[in-house]
Amino acid sequence: MRGQPLLSPVIHREKMAAAPVMMPYFGQQISSKSDLVPDWTRQEVSTGTTIMAVEYDGGVVIGADSRTTTGAYIANRVTDKLTRIHDKIYCCRSGSAADTQAIAEVVAYQLGFHSIELDEPPLVETAANLFRASCYRYREELTAGILVAGWDKRKGGQVYSVPIGGMLVRQPVSVGGSGSTYIYGFMDANYKPGMNKEQCMEITAAALSLAMERDGSSGGVVRLASISEEGVERRVILGNQLPKFSTH
Amino acid sequence: MSSIGTGYDLSASTFSPDGRVFQVEYAMKAVENSSTAIGIRCKDGVVFGVEKLVLSKLYEEGSNKRIFNIDRHIGMAVAGLLADARSLAEVAREEASNFRSNYGHDIPLKHLSDRVAMYVHAYTLYSAVRPFGCSFILGSYDKDDGSQLYMVDPSGISYMKDMTCRELVKEVAKIIYIVHDEVKDKAFELELSWVGEVTNGRHELVPKDVREEAEKYAKDSLEEEDDSDEDNM
Repeated sequence: MRGQPLLSPVIHREKMAAAPVMMPYFGQQISSKSDLVPDWTRQEVSTGTTIMAVEYDGGVVIGADSRTTTGAYIANRVTDKLTRIHDKIYCCRSGSAADTQAIAEVVAYQLGFHSIELDEPPLVETAANLFRASCYRYREELTAGILVAGWDKRKGGQVYSVPIGGMLVRQPVSVGGSGSTYIYGFMDANYKPGMNKEQCMEITAAALSLAMERDGSSGGVVRLASISEEGVERRVILGNQLPKFSTH
Repeated sequence: MSSIGTGYDLSASTFSPDGRVFQVEYAMKAVENSSTAIGIRCKDGVVFGVEKLVLSKLYEEGSNKRIFNIDRHIGMAVAGLLADARSLAEVAREEASNFRSNYGHDIPLKHLSDRVAMYVHAYTLYSAVRPFGCSFILGSYDKDDGSQLYMVDPSGISYMKDMTCRELVKEVAKIIYIVHDEVKDKAFELELSWVGEVTNGRHELVPKDVREEAEKYAKDSLEEEDDSDEDNM
C-alpha cells in the first residue's frame, strides 16, 4: 500500500485519502449497527477541498474554497483554509481538518521559535521542511495534503507542495484537494509563466470556481490571498460574484 | 596580568571574592601560549592562516591540521589545546548537520557560533568537568549574507570581528611570518584556507601554488624589513 505514486488514489481499508479521489469521503467506518446516532456523527471531519497556490515575480497568490464536510453534511460553509504560519508564510490545508489544524499549529510554533533564535524572518523553505518533517514522520496516522506558500527576501515568492505521504517539492503552480482533479487540464491549458499578480488572482479564482462547480466536497466562497514583500492582502469572492462558465 | 587565586581556583564552580572564575582564566592562558591563528574578512570572502609549529622532523607535511571544515560553507581555525579543539569541531559539525536536517538549508554562521558558544559555556559551570582550553575563529561566505567572521573563547562568549583587507591571502601569510619571528621555535608550517566568492562559497585549503606565492611574498617583505634595520646601524 505504501510507496504508490502520489497521484494515484491511495485507499486504505478504513480511511479515504483526501488526494485526488473520485468518490465522496467516508472517513472512519465503525460498525454501522448503531442506530443510536446518525451516520454523519461517526464520519471524520474533512476539508474535502480545492486549494491552489501560484508563484509570480515578487510574491505568491493562494486560494481555497470554504467547505468542510462530515460525510454529506457541510459542517462549515465559510471555512478559512488559508492558515497563517508566519507573517509572510501561509499554508493551504486539505485532508482531515483536525490533522491539518494540528500540524499547522505545531509548525507555526516551531517556526516562530526558530525565527526568534535566528533573529530574522524565516524562510519559506524552512516552513515547508517543518511541514514535511511532521507529515513524513507520522505518515501512517495522518491524512494531510498541504501547500506551503509565502515570500522571503532570499528567493522571493515560493510555493512548496507537501502531499499525503510527506513528499516535498517546490513548484511554480500547485493545486490540491479532492477538487483539484477537475482542474489539472484547465491549469495545463491556461497557466503561463511570467504572469503578474492580478492575472494570478484571476486564474486562481477561475480554477477554483470550476472545481467547486464539479466537486461535491468543494464549495461556498472563494478565499484568495496574495503575499509579497509589502505584506498580505486577503480577498473573498462570494457565490454570486464567482466567474461563470456554464452555458445555461 | 597574572595573579594566582589560591584556594578559589580549584574548580570552575567556584567564584573568587572579586568575582572571577579562575579556571576559565587559566583556560584562556592555554590559548595565549599556543601559536597564532588568524582569520581576516574582506568584502568577498574570509581567509584563515595558522602558524603550525612543527614539533618533530618526522611529521609529514599537512598533518595535525588546525583548520577544519564545519560545513561546506563554514571553516574553523583554532588556537590552544588541539585535542579540545578537535572535539569542538565535531560538536560544531553535528550542530550544522542537525540544523540542515531539521530546517532544510545551511546553518547561518551567527546561529552556529551561538550554539557552539553555549556548549563551551556549559563546561564552565561544573566542577566535574574542565573548561575547553581553546579559542576558535569561525568564518563563512555566502552570496546572500556575504562574508562573516566570529570568534569563540573558553568563557563561551562569541563575537563578530570586522576587518577589511585587499590582497588577503598574502597579507595573512605575511602576518604569520612576522608574528613567528618573535617566537623561539624555528620550524613551522603555514596552513592557509579560504572561503569566498573565489571558491563559490566553499571553505577549502588554499591551493598549493597560491600558498607558495603568498609564502614568497611574506618572506620577501620580511627581508625588506631586515634590510632597512641594517641600514639604521
